[in-house]
Order: sequence, then C-alpha cells, then structure tokens
Amino acid sequence: MLKDLFGKKRKFATVPTDSSRMQQVPVIEQKEVPEGLMHKCSHCGSIHYSKDLEKNLKVCKSCQHHFILSSTERVQSLLDNGWFIEEFDADLLSNNPLQFPGYEEKLEQDKEKTNLNEAVITGQGLLKGQPVILGVMDSRFRMGSMGSVVGEKITRAIERAKERKLPFILFSASGGARMQEGMISLMQMAKTSAALAQLSNERVLFISVMTNPTTGGVSASFASLGDINIAEPGALIGFAGRRIIEQTIRQELPKDFQTAEFLLKNGQLDMVVHRKEMRDKLAQLVAMHTVWEGA
Amino acid sequence: MATDLSFEKPLVELQDKIKELRKFTEEKGIDFTDEVIRLEAKAKNLAEQIYGNLTPWQRVQISRHPERPTTLDYIGHIFTDFVEMHGDRLYGDDLSIVGGIARLEGRPVTVIGHQKGKDTKENISRNFGMAHPEGYRKALRLMKQADKFNRPIITFINTQGAYPGKAAEERGQSEAIARNLLEMANLSVPVICVVMGEGGSGGALAISVGNYIYMLENSIYSVISPEGAAALLWKDSTLAMRAAESMKITAPDLLDLGIIDEMIPEPFGGAHRDVVKQSQSIKESLLRGLEELLPMSPEELKTQRYNKFKQIGTFKALS
Ligand SMILES: [Zn+2]
Repeated sequence: MLKDLFGKKRKFATVPTDSSRMQQVPVIEQKEVPEGLMHKCSHCGSIHYSKDLEKNLKVCKSCQHHFILSSTERVQSLLDNGWFIEEFDADLLSNNPLQFPGYEEKLEQDKEKTNLNEAVITGQGLLKGQPVILGVMDSRFRMGSMGSVVGEKITRAIERAKERKLPFILFSASGGARMQEGMISLMQMAKTSAALAQLSNERVLFISVMTNPTTGGVSASFASLGDINIAEPGALIGFAGRRIIEQTIRQELPKDFQTAEFLLKNGQLDMVVHRKEMRDKLAQLVAMHTVWEGA
Repeated sequence: MATDLSFEKPLVELQDKIKELRKFTEEKGIDFTDEVIRLEAKAKNLAEQIYGNLTPWQRVQISRHPERPTTLDYIGHIFTDFVEMHGDRLYGDDLSIVGGIARLEGRPVTVIGHQKGKDTKENISRNFGMAHPEGYRKALRLMKQADKFNRPIITFINTQGAYPGKAAEERGQSEAIARNLLEMANLSVPVICVVMGEGGSGGALAISVGNYIYMLENSIYSVISPEGAAALLWKDSTLAMRAAESMKITAPDLLDLGIIDEMIPEPFGGAHRDVVKQSQSIKESLLRGLEELLPMSPEELKTQRYNKFKQIGTFKALS
C-alpha cells in the first residue's frame, strides 16, 4: 500500500557492491522525486509532500540530502528569471564516430527521457543582475558522460567567457568519459582544460561547482580547475571508482570516502555550499571579482 | 629469452625446429641444409602472416609484453648525459614516473616518462608504472623547469592508468591530472609525446598534452582498458578482445581518427625484439618533429597545441 503511494522504486544505473553506500550516495536515480503527491526520502526515510520538496530545491528537510536536479531545474534555481538570456549551441548533437554498437539507440532513449539534446546546457544569463556564462551538466543523460558534444559545448562556453570577459560557472554532474566515443572522449579532457588555460591567462574568473556525481575524466579535468572549487553537500567526487579502489588495495574504505566533505577535509575544495545558499554565494563571489573602482 | 605470446606459438615452434636441425647439422654431421632453407622460408612467411595482420587484441598483448622497452631503456639509447631529477617538492618522489635533463644530439631537453619495472621487485617499487598525484606533480615541476630554461620536452607514455588508491584520492589524483592538462597547454616550449606501451586513460593523458603525439605501432591508447570497458558495457571482462576491436585503441586506428600525429613502425614482432633499432626510429621522429617545432614562437606553439586539441571531436547540428 504505502509503496504504491510513493511511486516507483529507486533505480540505480550502476549497482554498488556495498549497500551502505547505496543509501549514502545514490549514484544515478532515474527519477529521484516522482510526480506523486508524497515522497519518501531514499536517504533517511522521512516522508514529505512532493510540492514541499520542490519548493525546498529537492533537498530533504529532515536529513538535508540533496537529490539530483535536472539541468533545467538547476538553471531555474540560479539565474534571474530562471533561464538563460542566450542559450549556446543547443543544436549540437552527438554522432557515432567509432560506429559503436548500440550507441545511437542509447542517445535516442536519453533524448526522449530527458528532453535534452546532450548532457550539458550552456548559456549566458544574469546572476542577481550580474552577467555570467553558465554551464550545467545533467547526469540523467548518458550519466552526464563527456563525449564530443559535451566537450565542445563546454569549450565554446569557455571561449565565449574569454571573449566577453564574463565569469564562467560550471556545475559538473558526470560519471566521467563517454566510453562509446573512445579516445575522442578522453581528448575532451585536454581540450576543455586547454580552453581553461586561456581563460585563466585572461584573468577571467572560473568557479567550478561539483554536484553528485563528479567522477572520472570530468573530475580529472575542468571540474578540478576552478579558481574556486565548490561542492554540494554529500556529492560523490573522485577519480577512480570506489569498487576498483577496494579491489586494488584490498581494504574497505571509510563511509565518507570521496564525498564533498571528505574532499574538503583533504584540502581539495574551497567550500561545501548548501543548495539553498548556492545562488547567494555565487553572486557574492562574482561581485567580489568585478573591478573595484573605489567607494 | 623473449616471453612468447600465444599467437606467436606456431612461429616459435617452427623457429625451434630450425634451430634443432642446425644443431644436428653441426653436431652430427648430417646435412639438413635443404630442409633448413625450406623451413626458414616457411617461417618468414608465417611471421609476415602473423605480424603483418596483428589484431587489436594482439597489439594489446604486445604493448603489455613484460619485455617491452621502458622509458629508461629508450632514454639510454636515444639521449646522452641523462641526469635524473626527483620529487614533487610537495609530498614525495613517485618512482612510477621518471624525469630529468638529457641531451638529444647535443641539445639539452627535458625527458619525462612512466616507468614500469623489469621484474616483480622493481615493479613493486615503481608501482607498475601507475602514478600517484606526486608523480604527476613531479612531471609538472620538471616541465615548468624546462619552460623556464627554454628546453623542449619529450614525454614517454606507458601506464595502465593513474593509480586507483585511497591515498591517491586523498592527495587529489583528479586535481593533479587536471592541473597537468591545463599547465601543459600553457607551455611555451615544444612538447612531443611518444606513447610507447599502454596509454591508459587520464593517467596517460596527464603527460600527453603535446604539440605532436606519436605512437609506436603496437602501442595502445585508450579511455579505459579493454577489460574495464567490457566489464562496464557488457558486464563481462572476458569480452576484452571484443572491446579492443570496438574501441579503436591501436596506433593505426588513432592515426585514422586524427588523434595522433604519427605512427612509428616497430621491428617485426615488437619493440622488444630490437630495442636499438626501435630507439633509432623514435630518435629520427623526434628530431624531425623538433626541427618543425623549434622555429615556432612561444605563442605559435601554444596556438598550434590548442588548435590541435580543439579540433578533436565529431558532432552534427540539429537540422
Ligand atoms: Zn532525508
């Protein structure tokens, strides 16, 4: 009975071996918050009205667990009027450079499921009146993996930030490289990082915000290269997968391993910022990087 | 004696037979010359058949051959006056990456590369060529030193990947790799990268942002190991052979895709069969590459490098 009321079961794109972690960090949930009237927190089990959860930016009021936001919801939560003034390169689509079996079908499925063309959206908008270039990845599309289109859209967004001398903010949410594009995918790491080198040379601000999950090739390229590195609470962030590390070192890893808090403790982040404070914090930081012309 | 790979077996058996017949001819005075000549022709044919049509999976095996020449082997044969430098000045000295200054035909250059061990003991001390953050940070320190003193940089790539360990994550494996990608894009000296064994994902890329990327004929360069890809895509790591075919990880494939700039041929059977000859052909490629890059200004070098990576990627526009 209760089960029915709370809609679909959680679905996991990958199956973590260790069940405690499954509760702690759901890797990818197809539909984190069902359309139903009520919602049960997958993290602490408390029950909320779905409407309230939406209002609370999909953060559980009881345990503060941050559920995954779609890229459009993220833009809504950040920019003035809830959307870009100018969206960039929305028409770029992946093709199948390696003729990898089944890749096109998977892209089609995700397009239908998410209503997106690819795993990142980019554009220019206003953050409390300040123009910024913003990119937001979407982990629901091919796990947010980086193929040609993701790499190209991010690179072009960085190039525009450089030309327009506007701060660049990027929200990462990605499982890493997109295997079906092989080496072309790996090279997007070098490409985006090289673009950031140019942005940095022009002394334009880049703020990287890592959300759940930011792993593999995305973590090992642009996501780690912010002038300021921020993460959302509880986000899974790391280079290698937990299971691979456990198999390699034959040792169980601590519960908080590769969480935002773990990275903060180890000196890899400037701060962990609650979703409800994100817009204010980013606006404040951007404002402090505008040219100071005196009182 | 070389460790033979399974697909080489028929050839090895034939070569053993030839050796035996020769020994017979010498020791027992029975003349097998005709038979030897016949078998040698057959062996030559068979070798051409095997090595002339290597499958991606066979190249994977050669790239991982336990006797595959290492960075220090090539440094010894290609350069003179090598002075090794140690440490990242932040945490420690990672022996899975070696680096220092050497001369290439007299010109001082900085050489950096992954270093696998020759035996189990050395492999343990070198962590099988899988670097921690301090390895990448040592490499970066040496690259910035090269930049300061206007020395070209040569890197050798041969790693399964960055080490997937607890300490590596704690010390910022992601950041170390990412930082190298950014900083290498900014270098104002020529950078040539040679993938000469396994080019394993981010751990390989972290010292591979160059003006030119060369690959030895039987090297591989991949976003994930064939075993890892098979496990992830088909939940079955035994399908690694199939993954190796689908993922386009060999030098000929990557040359076709425009990912690398040049494929350096290997001696018949692989680099380990003739390290001197292999070193010579790498050296020739390096000298040719430097001749093209050295006249370029710092800005031109950076622009060339940027454009090289910028153009990698395929997509279509919504019609
Ligand atoms: Zn909760």
